[in-house]
Amino acid sequence: MFIFLLILAPLSASAAVEEFKLDNGLRILFIEDHRIPIANFQIWYRVGSIDEPAGKSGISHFLEHMMFKGTPRFGSKTFSLLVQKKGGIDNAFTTRNYTMYYQKIPSDAIKLSIALEADRMKNLMLQPADVEAERGVIMEERRMRYEDDPQRLLYEKVAAAAMRPHPYYRPVIGWMEEIASISRDDLAGYYGAYYSPDNAFVILSGDVKPAEIMPLIKKEFGAIPPAGARIRRPETTQPLKEGARTVRLDSEAARLQSVVMVFNAPSFPHRDHFALDILSSILSGGKSTRLYRSLVYEKKIAINADAYYEGLNRDPFLFALSATVAPGKDIREVEKALTDEIRLIASKPPTTEELRKAINQAEAGFIFARDSSYSEALYTGMFEMAGGWRLKDKYLEGIRNVTAEQVSAAARRYLTEENRTTGYLIPKKAGK
Amino acid sequence: MENRKKTIILLSAILVVLLSMPFAADALDMRKDSLAGGLTVIHVERHELPIVSATLLIKASPLQEDKDRAGTAHMTAKMLLEGTAKRKATDISHQMDFIGGSLETSVNDDFTTVSLSVLKKDIETGFDILSDILLHPSFSDGELIRRKTLLTGYLKKMEEAPSYIAGREFQKRVFGDFSYGRQVTGDVESISGISRFDLVKFHETWYRPDNSILVVVGDLGRDELAGLIRKYLASWKATGKKPASKVSAQFASSKNIKPRKEIIDMDVSQANIMMGHSGIARSNPDYYSVQIMNYVLGGGGFASRLMKIIRGEKGLTYSIYSSFYANRHPGRFEIGVQTKNEAAGIVIKETIEQIRRIRTEGVTDEELRDAKDFLVGSFPRRIETGQKVAGFLTAMEFYELGDDYIEKYRDYILKVTKEDVLKAAGKYLNEEDMIIVVVGNKKKLKL
Repeated sequence: MFIFLLILAPLSASAAVEEFKLDNGLRILFIEDHRIPIANFQIWYRVGSIDEPAGKSGISHFLEHMMFKGTPRFGSKTFSLLVQKKGGIDNAFTTRNYTMYYQKIPSDAIKLSIALEADRMKNLMLQPADVEAERGVIMEERRMRYEDDPQRLLYEKVAAAAMRPHPYYRPVIGWMEEIASISRDDLAGYYGAYYSPDNAFVILSGDVKPAEIMPLIKKEFGAIPPAGARIRRPETTQPLKEGARTVRLDSEAARLQSVVMVFNAPSFPHRDHFALDILSSILSGGKSTRLYRSLVYEKKIAINADAYYEGLNRDPFLFALSATVAPGKDIREVEKALTDEIRLIASKPPTTEELRKAINQAEAGFIFARDSSYSEALYTGMFEMAGGWRLKDKYLEGIRNVTAEQVSAAARRYLTEENRTTGYLIPKKAGK
Repeated sequence: MENRKKTIILLSAILVVLLSMPFAADALDMRKDSLAGGLTVIHVERHELPIVSATLLIKASPLQEDKDRAGTAHMTAKMLLEGTAKRKATDISHQMDFIGGSLETSVNDDFTTVSLSVLKKDIETGFDILSDILLHPSFSDGELIRRKTLLTGYLKKMEEAPSYIAGREFQKRVFGDFSYGRQVTGDVESISGISRFDLVKFHETWYRPDNSILVVVGDLGRDELAGLIRKYLASWKATGKKPASKVSAQFASSKNIKPRKEIIDMDVSQANIMMGHSGIARSNPDYYSVQIMNYVLGGGGFASRLMKIIRGEKGLTYSIYSSFYANRHPGRFEIGVQTKNEAAGIVIKETIEQIRRIRTEGVTDEELRDAKDFLVGSFPRRIETGQKVAGFLTAMEFYELGDDYIEKYRDYILKVTKEDVLKAAGKYLNEEDMIIVVVGNKKKLKL
């Protein structure tokens, strides 16, 4: 048994995917992995904060919360309880581009997931009292995650300054006043417009067999009509900034200074995406890479220093660098060290070894993700959202083909002074 | 020379023949060996993916520290990665980063772990570095200063997080001078006192094969693992008698700690509340009754009473949970919740009412059944990935749950009765004697 598997799957970064489509437009992807009797059900809706109407920021996320509040068939607030009774867990998350709901459940209970998800795609209750209670919950979530976390609050402000007027400038959770203004009718309208089989896809992974499961999917989802035409935001092309800007946050809660700089950057599958991905890895893919090595280890002026690039977005978004200033050190020195690193890689291509390291990390990351049928489905879904799950292999191919000169060129093109928005977090209480 | 050769031959013989006791478990085909040096090795073969995860557990934690050197166990573990006799700190990170693997150390209230994950093709590199950092750490003064400065900065940054402050102050009050009352990192003052000598001594005393458990999971055959252990860990020897596992201070009951309620002023929009008291040890025979009771109270996410009432019905929080930290010694029972400052009093009152209710009324038949269904049904998810399996098995061995634990787990849960749960609630909950820490804005707090 083991020997056969070894021959069939030598170091493959992607698992086999089997796909189906219902007449109403719902696509279903299967990724089988029978090592343990657990199944994952994920449903991905093509709706996120990018789709929100002005003045209603946070409505995608608000609706995600409401999706757990019940349907006439299953009753009020029972979804999670029913899943947990079977030994499963469920949750969901909302992003700028999509909203994803999932259950991890013993495979003999997968029928429940299918029935629940099909029912709440169409028959959500949205009771006014539940909307009000959930508004309170979401406001507490915003207080916890943003209002009382100075670094995240700074990033929220910097991203807003850099992205405006594109809808990505709004935080996914929404601004407090706008969360307050979302009505039950707003939610119902949004639900009607975006929650339909032709605007979603399903991924089943783990201990699942398509031949057994497809009839159940057809039975539960098959009769749900497509919503048809919906207004979709036209895709934006890359808007590079034409002037540096800065944001300063003076914070009572902050204890250490920090600096974050973001640069507007293209998203997958733009050709520069691969080089930017490698660039972020060369700058901050572990303690041996440039930012940690220089700012934290050698200069000892920061307690952390990182680069992030989330390339899987519908529209162009951001490439970010950040660092927390070590106690007693100068924020200007830290900012200069970051810009020095940018200048360095823009003027001189990385070494062959650095490039190889970044590629190795990407390849290994894909293989490690396969150890969890949830992560495997997650990766697959992210690429499906970005244009098709097969792009996952193209992605690795793209990463492998990046040259050292392309990495430098990407830094020169995007990490420029004019394209930069910088945020400073300054504690109000002077540090000792 | 002659002697040395003999030892090696003997070691291999022992490895391969003597103490191998394979047995089959329902979910995992694991093999447990005890090596000549006293190291316990547990091996699970999984060949579907070309990856290997290994976790080495060392029975060393703040339990073995002196209070005025709090953070020694943590610093020892972190410094393993900061240089050896033949590798600089930067060599270690570069070699691991280059193969896209991970090598991490971590310390909790009871033990230290060193965790390695690598692709199969890099297993030699992985074991080579693992063995090097374990056996030959340099604990150099220069790296120690660097590490202390970084940790001090990190602890300062943590002061920004109201949840961290609430948790830290709560633990202090529940346990007093006992090590469970401290953060494993130590604090700024205790860290400053740690010297290279302290680390060398702590490492020498506690990092011994007869004080450790190694679990290896993944694409590795039995002979391959034996070969790796022979090559990389055969020279790991214990010298002298294993020290008795001292406990730094006698476990103190939280009963005498005053005041019971502490309010810490901070300019935040939410009150962060921690409440609870001392709890149970992992070896407590009532452990499973307590698990079920806690699932119903606040451990069961959306299925728990606290979430249903305080989040679901009242919309007063994003998250509320209760947990029993069942450690080697009785750990803490805690409830954590955040709510806007103005609602802190209502949330505390309602939470205490729910503790009273479960203590006096117990759980319903339906709640009992739901909790059991979840605890049994969710078990396989705890051992899904190689890393999870390695973590699970090291803890299973450390807490002496028995080699047949995985098979028996279901029965442990199913045999708990409603009466057991009521009895456990009565015995281990006390809403009238809670320690409550609130970090909030005093001007806005309503308590």
